[in-house]
Amino acid sequence: MEAKTNTNIMIVGVGGQGTLLASRILGNVAIEMGYDVKVSEVHGMSQRGGSVVTYVKYGEKVYSPIIDKGEADIILAFEQLEALRALPYLSKNGKIITNIQKINPMPVITGAAEYPQNILETLKEKCNVTVADALSLAEQAGNIKAVNVVLIGVMAKNTNIEYSVWTRVIEKTVPEKFLEVNLKAFELGYNL
Amino acid sequence: MKKLLLGNAAVAQGAYEAGIHFVSSYPGTPSTEITECLAKYPKEEVYVEWAPNEKVAAEAAIGAAIAGGRAMTCCKHVGLNVMADPVFTDSYIGVNGGAVFCVADDPGMHSSQNEQDSRHYAVASKIPMLEPSDSEECKEFTKKAFELSEKFDTPFFIRLQTRVSHSQSLVNIEERKEANIKPYEKNIAKNVMMPACAVKRHVVVEERTLKLKEFSNNCEFNVIENNGSDIGIITSGISYNYSKEALKNSVNYLKIGMVYPMPDEKIKEFASICKKIFVVEELDPYMETEIKALGINVLGKECFTLLGEYTPKMIKKAVLGEAEKEAFELKESIPARPPVLCPGCPHRATFYVLKKLGLTVSGDIGCYTLGAVAPLNSVDTTICMGASISAAHGMAKVRGKEFNKKLVSVIGDSTFMHSGITGLSDIVYNKGSNTVIILDNSITGMTGHQDNPTTGKTIRGEATKQVNLIKLCEGLGVEHIVVADPFDVKNFEKVVKEETERDEVSVIIAQRPCALLKSVKYEGFCTVSDKCKKCKVCMKLGCPAISVIKSSDNSGNVLNENSNGKKTDATETVVIDKTQCNGCGLCVNVCPFSAIEKRAER
Repeated sequence: MEAKTNTNIMIVGVGGQGTLLASRILGNVAIEMGYDVKVSEVHGMSQRGGSVVTYVKYGEKVYSPIIDKGEADIILAFEQLEALRALPYLSKNGKIITNIQKINPMPVITGAAEYPQNILETLKEKCNVTVADALSLAEQAGNIKAVNVVLIGVMAKNTNIEYSVWTRVIEKTVPEKFLEVNLKAFELGYNL
Repeated sequence: MKKLLLGNAAVAQGAYEAGIHFVSSYPGTPSTEITECLAKYPKEEVYVEWAPNEKVAAEAAIGAAIAGGRAMTCCKHVGLNVMADPVFTDSYIGVNGGAVFCVADDPGMHSSQNEQDSRHYAVASKIPMLEPSDSEECKEFTKKAFELSEKFDTPFFIRLQTRVSHSQSLVNIEERKEANIKPYEKNIAKNVMMPACAVKRHVVVEERTLKLKEFSNNCEFNVIENNGSDIGIITSGISYNYSKEALKNSVNYLKIGMVYPMPDEKIKEFASICKKIFVVEELDPYMETEIKALGINVLGKECFTLLGEYTPKMIKKAVLGEAEKEAFELKESIPARPPVLCPGCPHRATFYVLKKLGLTVSGDIGCYTLGAVAPLNSVDTTICMGASISAAHGMAKVRGKEFNKKLVSVIGDSTFMHSGITGLSDIVYNKGSNTVIILDNSITGMTGHQDNPTTGKTIRGEATKQVNLIKLCEGLGVEHIVVADPFDVKNFEKVVKEETERDEVSVIIAQRPCALLKSVKYEGFCTVSDKCKKCKVCMKLGCPAISVIKSSDNSGNVLNENSNGKKTDATETVVIDKTQCNGCGLCVNVCPFSAIEKRAER
């Protein structure tokens, strides 16, 4: 068996939170770095407020676009419950970066299930976790929709890829009129 | 130049580079982006359109190919059922300009009503099928398919799977090579499929299949990778990449890129260098059955499931017997997060009323299928595109008038145009008295906002004639047609009651645009005041922004405080999450105590 050379990043959240843009930024950063890349997305019905998962994998040569259980180096979670749900996908030395935002799923809203208590504590007991209040930071940057780019900022700090590579890709990926907000959001996340 | 592209975008790029002239499709996840991407190329180079349904789209593409152009239609697996009729006969006709039918299967049913395997269609229609495994192959295979289509005088299938369609990988972008539109010549023997001609064309098809089989044995799509192992893997599409990830170069591979006709000689050659062969394919044992018919002993579905998607780990375990334990287990029970109607969705109001009236709801395909999930629980049946109307006709005829007065069909504007019109005609013609609700949200919603004949715009955003749903229904013979806004809940309820009571066919057009359309702007957000009596009528809407929290629960860090900041002594508080609320105000309309207010500021 060859040594493991690929980096596996799993982005989890709730449909509508902007996980697709996050994965596209990440994919393009990996290309800038000259890696082989695969990004797997979810479209269609699952996007409607359901759990969404995207995978970004880069390295020398990537075959499968999906990440198996136990193989994510980083889990970037946009919502607490989704962070917990993704835990079995984390590799032994992996790291979870999670937003503290909570969004009640419909079974919780209808009273059929309960939102688990103390998720962050549970995660911290088990693995390496970085916590961010991405919603407040996005608000500070000027738009609550910039949660995705705040989290990309937090994640960027956890890689050895240069700051300027990230901002260059954001400039190429994000529409002009939202660029300023997004660059600010990235900076706030990066300097968390 | 290399670019990161979705498999679907790469199919579009391949077709573009092949000099494609004509594309007609109906949207369907996971195939939609192929046609959308093609519409981004200059209109002087490629004609692209949304058709009302897959059958029309395929026929238009077939006509374009007969006329000498290179043509394509793209659909999801169940869309292929709709277009099967012209496809089977086009196999006999063949092509003039190259024709490609691109079909995307959805193992795991991310956004589909069944898990059918399109490869059976290739066998049944005798049309060759290529199956790419990543975006680069999506581009290359599509490009080649046009050339081969003309060479063998047959349409070609390209088969995709969700994980190929919706994953991005690097693609080598090349220049478009113009393909000249071929001369058109009248040819009754080839193009008029009446029995006398078809009998002769069938002979041609069988001869062609033999040639294609020979081609399959020698083509670049079917490749043996001999890594000197005793174990062999025969696989195709996404399963090839899963296998490579799982087993690297420790086994031999026969990668099948042309799945129909199968390369019999190459399979025999591969069998001669392996002691034990696994066939790795999602869904049905299609390749396994073909290989076993050659008298070759392989392991297939006894090791792999017929259901859903595979993963590399699953393959590793089946082939090497290695079961790895994950580092982290989850002991906590975790609530599921199923998809829900978006905040501000017009369908929510419709289903709220239908549930309140206790109606049986014959449903259809679209976002509004989500009207079946709690707490709306409104939809009774969902079968296929258009079935809401025709199935309700059958229900009404079997169960009689009284049942029919408690029965409605719900169908989206795009789905009505797709295959609802014929069902409505059936009801009128056969003296039915059903009530049909057309959910007119001004767009094709589920697949991500595609225009259709009711929106007044083409795929390229150009203004065009708009179907008048009222006149259309009138023309079919419907005498009672009411247009109503479902957000005016009281009036909508009254309309539904009146129309279902009637002993004649009626159509209610529930008109309110999709909340995700850029043109729809709701101001501010909603908030619960201390007038709230906790009757929870608003909770019946199933809006993801509204929930009840216990006062002891400190988890609501993004939730609004009760508007006056006061905690009542009861343990429960109804709250609206302002990050979720889009200010549509439906909850304001249903609250019997005027306890929900709209606030302008964010």
